[in-house]
Amino acid sequence: MVRFAVVVFPGTNCDFETERAIRKAGAEAERVWYKRSLKDFDGVVLPGGFSYADYLRAGAIAARQEIMGEVKEFAREGRPVLGICNGFQILTEAGLLPGALRPNKISRFLCRWVHLRVADNETPFTSLYEPGEVIRMPIAHAEGNYYVDNPSKVRIVFQYSDEEGNVTEAANPNGSVLNIAAVANGRGNVLGTMPHPERASDSFLGSEDGLKVFKSMVEWARR
Amino acid sequence: MKWKVKVIVRLKEGLNDPEGRVIGKALRNLGYAVENLRVPKYFEFELESENPEEEVEEMCRKLLANPLIHSWEYRVEPVS
Repeated sequence: MVRFAVVVFPGTNCDFETERAIRKAGAEAERVWYKRSLKDFDGVVLPGGFSYADYLRAGAIAARQEIMGEVKEFAREGRPVLGICNGFQILTEAGLLPGALRPNKISRFLCRWVHLRVADNETPFTSLYEPGEVIRMPIAHAEGNYYVDNPSKVRIVFQYSDEEGNVTEAANPNGSVLNIAAVANGRGNVLGTMPHPERASDSFLGSEDGLKVFKSMVEWARR
Repeated sequence: MKWKVKVIVRLKEGLNDPEGRVIGKALRNLGYAVENLRVPKYFEFELESENPEEEVEEMCRKLLANPLIHSWEYRVEPVS
């Protein structure tokens, strides 16, 4: 059975939910303290939370810890690397994904459900979605305003949209360029998403739309 | 040799600074004609180094700033 590491930094707080979602998707998952090694795992997930209390910039300090050397190896070898919320911030700070996540355009923490349009269903994390499918997931962040110099060169995976899938200014919660909610690297094996798929992985949470992120990832890692 | 280092990291021109906007608005509400308030980050520390400027430049690039969205400046003085 494929095994995923869920990396825990001081301040991480979505590790249990993420571990549970991966198990539900059919793989083994283990929470791994950031001082441990990632060998013996098939993929790595950086979950949400507030590593190092978001001091300096969200994700900045976690991105410079030794374990990120191993995460970079995973990325280089083409194995799956998923960053959720704070994990996405860590991946951009570590240079594994392009761009940066700035404070939200409206100056407060945002915690609510959003609609997303699946812009790219050809990544290992989105292969079970239909192209253009509209899904629901929650966001919970203060620094989710995605910025990149040249958005035309970025592999956009999810965009904030309205219920019909229209990518509009009004549907953009945080000011991200082109309503970007999730991006992948060129090969597609590294994904960063501000919306939380693990918080939409069971019907009792209000949506199961996020579970396909984990199922796609697990299916791909099995091959 | 030991140095006193002062670093200022700023959001690049043109990038929205929501914290600055809110503080500027609060000052305007108090009756001050404040415009374009920005909130840079300020760091000060002591550094034992033979090449302080080179090292501080490297620190800014590696951690204190995100070169994609920030610019920085610093001052290095000998600790008396």
